[in-house]
Amino acid sequence: MSALRFADIAGWRAAAADQDPIAAARTMAEAAQPALNALITPAVVTGPHTATAGGALAGIPYAHKDLFCTAGLRTTAGSRMLDGFVPPYDATVSARLDQAGAVCIGKANMDEFAMGSSNENSAFGAVRNPWDLQRVPGGSSGGSAALVAAGIVPFATGSDTGGSVRQPAAFCGVTGFKPSYGRISRYGMIAFASSLDQAGVIARHARDCAEVLNCLAGFDPRDATSVERPAEDFVAACDRGVRGLRIGIARELYSAGIRSEIADCTRAALAELERAGALLVDIELPRLQLSVPAYYVIAPAEASSNLARYDGVRYGHRAEAARDLNDLYARSRSEGFGTEVKRRILVGTFVLSAGYYDAYYLRAQQVRRLIAEDFARAFAGVDVIAGPTTPDVAFRIGEKADDPLAMYAADINTVAVNLAGLPAISVPCGFVDGLPVGLQLIGPAWGEASLFAAAHGYQQISDWHFRTPQFGAGVPS
Amino acid sequence: MSSEWEAVIGLEVHVQLSTRSKIFSGATTAYGAEPNTQVSFVDAALPGTLPVPNRGAIERAIEFGLAVGATVAERSVFARKNYFYPDLPKGYQISQYELPIVSGGSVKARLEDGREIEVALTRAHLEEDAGKSVHDAFHAASGVDLNRAGTPLLEVVSEPVMHSAAEAVAYMKALHRLVRWLGICDGNMQEGSFRCDANVSVRRPGAPLGTRNEIKNVNSFRFVEKAIDYEIERQIRALENGETIVQATRLYDAAANRTRTMRSKEDALDYRYFPDPDLPPLLLDASDLERARARLPELPDARRRRFIEQLGLPEYDADKLTEERAWSDYFESMLQVLPAQAKLCANWVLGELASALNADQIAIEDSRVDASALAALLARIADQTISGKIAKDVFAAMWAGEGTADAIIDARGLRQITDDGALAGAIEALIAQFPEQIAKYRAGDEKIFQFLIGQLMKATRGKANPAQLNQMLRSRL
Amino acid sequence: MHIDNADLDRLARLARLGLDNGERERLMASIDSVLDMVSALRNVDVNAVLPMAHPHDAQLRLRADEVDEVDCQSALEKIAPEMQSGLYLVPKVIE
Repeated sequence: MSALRFADIAGWRAAAADQDPIAAARTMAEAAQPALNALITPAVVTGPHTATAGGALAGIPYAHKDLFCTAGLRTTAGSRMLDGFVPPYDATVSARLDQAGAVCIGKANMDEFAMGSSNENSAFGAVRNPWDLQRVPGGSSGGSAALVAAGIVPFATGSDTGGSVRQPAAFCGVTGFKPSYGRISRYGMIAFASSLDQAGVIARHARDCAEVLNCLAGFDPRDATSVERPAEDFVAACDRGVRGLRIGIARELYSAGIRSEIADCTRAALAELERAGALLVDIELPRLQLSVPAYYVIAPAEASSNLARYDGVRYGHRAEAARDLNDLYARSRSEGFGTEVKRRILVGTFVLSAGYYDAYYLRAQQVRRLIAEDFARAFAGVDVIAGPTTPDVAFRIGEKADDPLAMYAADINTVAVNLAGLPAISVPCGFVDGLPVGLQLIGPAWGEASLFAAAHGYQQISDWHFRTPQFGAGVPS
Repeated sequence: MSSEWEAVIGLEVHVQLSTRSKIFSGATTAYGAEPNTQVSFVDAALPGTLPVPNRGAIERAIEFGLAVGATVAERSVFARKNYFYPDLPKGYQISQYELPIVSGGSVKARLEDGREIEVALTRAHLEEDAGKSVHDAFHAASGVDLNRAGTPLLEVVSEPVMHSAAEAVAYMKALHRLVRWLGICDGNMQEGSFRCDANVSVRRPGAPLGTRNEIKNVNSFRFVEKAIDYEIERQIRALENGETIVQATRLYDAAANRTRTMRSKEDALDYRYFPDPDLPPLLLDASDLERARARLPELPDARRRRFIEQLGLPEYDADKLTEERAWSDYFESMLQVLPAQAKLCANWVLGELASALNADQIAIEDSRVDASALAALLARIADQTISGKIAKDVFAAMWAGEGTADAIIDARGLRQITDDGALAGAIEALIAQFPEQIAKYRAGDEKIFQFLIGQLMKATRGKANPAQLNQMLRSRL
Repeated sequence: MHIDNADLDRLARLARLGLDNGERERLMASIDSVLDMVSALRNVDVNAVLPMAHPHDAQLRLRADEVDEVDCQSALEKIAPEMQSGLYLVPKVIE
C-alpha cells in the first residue's frame, strides 16, 4: 500500500475496504509519538468503528487540536492550567465532526492557549517537524500539521488567530485553511482572542479542506458572532477552475523580511497559475506593516480578559494551601500558565489599563479598520490576493525561543487576515533547503469559493502537496 | 441637617429584569434553588463557552427607556468590566459602558408631604448579575453559589439631583412602582430584585459638588432612608470638625444604623473596560422601538390623570388605583361592564375588595371574586335590584364561593321590593301596628320617622328600596 | 515605553499573576520590546477613524427568552477542585 493511497480523504476511504482506518491511524500515531510528540491525549479506543450511516466523513480518522472541547476526553489547550480538565460538553466543531461520522484519534499538541508560532510553548513539550525533527512544525496548530504531513491522519482541525493554521501548514508542507470570521462556530473552542479566533482545517489538499468545511460551516445559535448565511458547497467550488481568476499581488506581502528564495518559490507558483489562465494584477496593501503592531495590542488585550476565568475555583489547576484569596489566584495562575501566556496577559493588561487604553488599544482598533479598508479596496479589483505565507522555512527548535519579537515579526503576512476577518489558505508551493514553502491565498469576506477555486486549481497543476517527508513513508501495509 | 449644608444625592438602582432565562444563557432565573443548580456551562465560564444575549432582557430595557422618555440607542455596546472575585466566574462582568441602551429621561415622584419632584436620569444600562458568596457556611472557607450569576439587571443611574433622604426614597418608590407597572421587574426587594447604591455628598449651597461616598447595596426603602440620613450627618460632622471627606465605597450596617468603609479610592480598581469581542454591537431600528411602544401599557401618571379628569374620581382614589397595575387593571375591567359607575367601582375596589384581600392575605391577581363578577354585583346596586347594604352580604357569599351575584340574590330572595303595591301594604300594616308613633310623627316629631323606616325595612327584610320607601311613607302620612 | 518594577507589580496584581524573580527579569525586558514594537501605531493618522472591535462590523444576534438548560451541578462538581455542600470553596473572604 503506497503512502499516497493513505494521503487524502479519498485514499483513506478506499483503504477502509480492506482494513480499519481508525486502527491504522491510531497505530501510526502511537508509533510516531516518541519522534513527533504531536498528540497530547490519544482518544480512548472504543472498539472497531463502523461508518455512521450517511455521514459525509464516515469512518475517516482525524486529529483534533486540543483547543476544542471534547465531552469526556481531556482538553488541555496545551496548558498545565487545564492538565486534568475533562470537559462535560462538546465544542460545536467536535459535535459536527461527530455527526459527519469522522473519528477523533486524539487531541493534537499545540502552543499553550494557541499563543505561539513554533509549538515550543506547549506544556506538553515541543512538537517536531516530520520534515526535519530538529525543526519546529510551526504553531500554534503544530501537532495538527505534523500529523497530516506525516500521513497519520487525512485531516486535522486547527484554530487560526494570527496564522496558527496557515503557518504550520506552510512549515509542514500541507494545506491549511482559515475561513471568514463567523463561518464556523467558536462555541467550545477555547478562546485566545475572540474577535480574531476562527477554527480551521489542515489537510493534504484544498479539496479535502473544502469537504471538511462543508461539515463545519454554518450558523450556531450558541455563538453570537456566528453568521447566518445560505449553505454553499465548497467542494463544488473547487472545480470552478482558475481561468479568468484575478489574483492580486501585493508588493507589501514581499517586504524586506521575506527571504528571497521563499519569494521566488511563490512567484514561480503564481506564474504557473497565470499559464493556467489566471490573471495577475498588482495591488497595494499600504498599511500591512501595521498589522503586526495592531495585532500584538488587540490579541493580548482580548487574551488578558479571556484568560481571567482560569482562577483555580471552578475547574483547572488550583494551587495548594493558599493563604488567602489573592494568593490562590496568583499562585494558581502563575503555576498554571507558561511564560508566553503570562507575557501576553501582562501586555494585554497594560494596553487596556487606565491612561494607556486610548494610545494603545483604541488606536490599534482604528488601525485595524484602516487595514480592513485596504483589503476591501484591493478586493474591488481582484478575486484573491496571493503571497508567501511565511518569511522563511521552519526554523530550528530553540532558535527563537528567547526572542519573542523575532517570532512576532514573522507573522507579518498572516495576522492582517485575522484583523480583517478574511478567509485564507496556505498551499504547498515548493521547497527551500529541503523544507516546504507555503503560498498564501487570501479571499474577500465570504469569498471562500474563489479561494478554493484558486487553491484547488493550483493543486491540479502541481504536486507539492503530495510530497511526503521521509518520516511519513512508514505507513503500515 | 444643619441648614448651612446641602446634601446632593444620586442613586444607582439595580432592577432585576423579569425574564425566564438569564441574560446570556438559557439557565433559569428562578429564585431560591439549591446552590449551583441553576448554573449552565456558560454561567460557570467553562472554557470555550460564549454568551448569547436574551431578547427578553433587551425588550424590557427598551420599554423602560420609552416609559421614562429617554433616548433608546440605535447602537449600544456590551463591554467587559475586568476584575477578579469568586462570585464573578469569567473574571469580568459583561455590562454596558460607553454606549448604554438608554440615555436620559426622567421619573416623577411625589413626596409624603405632597411635594412633587422630577428626577433626571443619566442612563440605564444592561448587565449581568454576579453570584453570591456565602461566608458563614464553613469555618475557614467562603462558599460560592453561582445561581444568580448571569441574572439580567438594568442599572438605572439618576443624576445627582436629590437633596434629602426623603427625596431619594420618593424617587426610589416611584421607580419601583414604574418597573412593576411595566412588568419588567417583580420588585421583590427581599429577594434582591430591586437594589440601590446611593452616592451622597454634602456642600455649602451654591458651592461645587463635595466629595462623594457610595453606599452599596441597600435593599429596603427604610434602610435607604436611614443610610442616607446617617451618611449626610456623618459627612457634615466631619466637615464641621475640619476633616476632609475621602472618596470611598461604604456599606450600610442596618443593625448598628451606620455606614462603614468598604474600600477607599486609593485601592479603586482599574476595570479595563473594553468592548466585548464575543458580542457585536446591539443595533435597534425604528421598528424595534415601535414594537416596544405597542407593548407598553398606559403609564401610571397618564392613567391617574385620566381617572381624575375623565372619570371624575377624587385624587385620593386615583392615587390608590394607580399604585399598582394589577389594581388599576382590575378597576378598568370593571368599567368595561359599568362605564357610568366609576365612583361606585372605585369605592368597592378600595373598600370591600381591599379588605377581603387583606384579610385573606392574597394578591388581587388571585382574588376570589374577579373584576367582571364584582361588576355584575355592582350592576345590581345600580339597577336597584339590591341595596348597597345587601350587596355586602352578597359579596361575602361570592367571596365564600357560593356563586354569581345573581344566583345568590335569587337563591336568598334578596331582590329589592320596588313594587308600589307591596310597599303600600307594608305601610298600612305599619300604621296599624304603631299608632302612637304615627301620631307623634304627625304632631311634628321628625326624629320618629327613622324609626318607622327601620321598622318597614325590618318587615321587608331589608329588601325595600330605601328611597322609594321614604317617599311613599311621607306621602301616605 | 519603559516598564519599571512598579509598573510590572501593578500589572501582575491586576492580572493576578505571581511572578518569580527570574521570570520578572525576562518578562520586563520583553514587554518593553513588545511595547516598543507596537509604538509604530503612534505615527498613524487615525483622525476620524472609527475603532473596529469586530470583523465585518457584525451586529448582535439575540436568542429567545427560553430556559433550555437543565441542572448541570453534578457535571460541574466533577470538574471542580473543591466543592462542598454544592458550593465552590475559596479561602475565606472578609468583606
